[in-house]
Amino acid sequence: MGKEERDPHTGYLTTGHEWNGIIELNTPVPRVIYFFLSAAALFAIGYWILMPTWPLGTTYTKGLLGDDVRKDVTHAVKQAALDRAVWSARIEKESFADIQKDTALMEAVRETGHTLFGDNCAACHGRTAQGGKGFPNLTTQSWLWGGTPAAIAETIRVGINSTHPDSRTSQMPAFGRDGMLPRADIDKVVAFVRSLTHPGAKDLPADKVAAGKALFAANCAACHGEDAKGNPEMGAPNLTDPFWIYGGDAKTIEATVWNGRQGHMPTWEHRLSALDRKILALYLVDLRKPSP
Amino acid sequence: MFGFHYRLERKAIGLVLAIIGVASIGGIVEIAPLFTIHQTVEDAPDMRVYTPLELAGRNIYIREGCYACHSQMIRTLRDEVERYGPYSLAVESKYDHPMLWGSKRTGPDIARLGGKYSDDWHVAHLNNPRDVVPESVMPAYRFLSRAELRTDDLSNHLKAQRRVGVPYSDDMIANAAADAYGQAAPDSPQAEGVAKRYGKATNIRAFDGKPKDLTEMDALVAYLQILGRLTDAAYKPMASAEK
Repeated sequence: MGKEERDPHTGYLTTGHEWNGIIELNTPVPRVIYFFLSAAALFAIGYWILMPTWPLGTTYTKGLLGDDVRKDVTHAVKQAALDRAVWSARIEKESFADIQKDTALMEAVRETGHTLFGDNCAACHGRTAQGGKGFPNLTTQSWLWGGTPAAIAETIRVGINSTHPDSRTSQMPAFGRDGMLPRADIDKVVAFVRSLTHPGAKDLPADKVAAGKALFAANCAACHGEDAKGNPEMGAPNLTDPFWIYGGDAKTIEATVWNGRQGHMPTWEHRLSALDRKILALYLVDLRKPSP
Repeated sequence: MFGFHYRLERKAIGLVLAIIGVASIGGIVEIAPLFTIHQTVEDAPDMRVYTPLELAGRNIYIREGCYACHSQMIRTLRDEVERYGPYSLAVESKYDHPMLWGSKRTGPDIARLGGKYSDDWHVAHLNNPRDVVPESVMPAYRFLSRAELRTDDLSNHLKAQRRVGVPYSDDMIANAAADAYGQAAPDSPQAEGVAKRYGKATNIRAFDGKPKDLTEMDALVAYLQILGRLTDAAYKPMASAEK
């Protein structure tokens, strides 16, 4: 081990090591490093005091600020609800008809309803609420369970064929698969159903349609009605309008009669608040109107 | 300032001990919080376990890499709570081995997906996401409806989960294959056993619409329909904080 000497050029000490006449400078750590090191240490100490940090056996230091992200988010959600309270309290209280008359309230419904619809309903019914195969179009006048705001709000609450105890239930039987009607009769019924929306079509002979009409009266009218205009009490669709959930072509109608249909809409009672459901019902009724 | 260090450098054993001491700080910082884990992880006495069919669906979820685009973790942020539902609790992943929280959201978070949409929607969406969500970039998984579900190894999957702490009973392990079949075939004799072993709240239905065939589609939809539904614990802290 050599001797530590002061280097004449830099004024710093050497390490005292020497290799064949080469000696090594021991340049001190720059002051700025000491500064940041102590600043970081001071920050850490401050953080330990203010925030929840150290575990202490069965508990932990809670910190002077009592910071808790769970409390924060609950507070933020509550605060947001308070900010909306100006209009949301009125929507909660007032009747559907009164809200629909109030343009300012309906503006809020359109804005909030659009977001709620996008987050929750759009996956099935589409972003523009026009539905798709198997998922009803909500922009038509054709509503299985009634198109009043109250009826729509109730459908959203309990769902259709859902797990909710008050669920709306409609199960169209599988007339073909379960042997209630032979294939030839189903053909006739399908011809009659198609004749409702395509009167006088060439591939629908009058005698077949007439036979189908008799079969329809005996088998289908209980739910769909004598005039095939449906029944919102039972969720039976109107077969005389141009709107179809699964499709109105011969093949699809035949598949529907053969296999039956048990559409499913989930209940939203536990996922959406009463206010949210009311806004959605109003939003959907508003969608059907031509824009002002 | 470095006087102590200079002296330490000259003692081999002392330097080794000091290196071990400093290097273990990182480990202690990660391990010590676990000493208070009972404080931070909530209790959920009502927690249910995954049925064999749901576990098989979970394995398909892992196999297909769904976690690369979908997270299962609702963070404590207002926009997430308002969009997806109550923020996720640690206890909800108690029986997740491995956990599938994920860290990237190309698709939406699915921690509370269970019961949000119908089985028909899930089947249509997995067959071709564009059919129901035109702007979707998710790949189509048509083959799931055609792929028969492998059930002969399900007992072993349950056994492996029990090793790491999931309370499956011997009865559950012995009947895993039959229970997987019964859960997707509501009118079969096997269906009763599922309700008996896993509770009345278990979804027992033909998830892909075909009760006779047990496909990978059945398993995956069964799993997606249980997400966030194993316990109601997450709904309690939000409700009690509001009071």
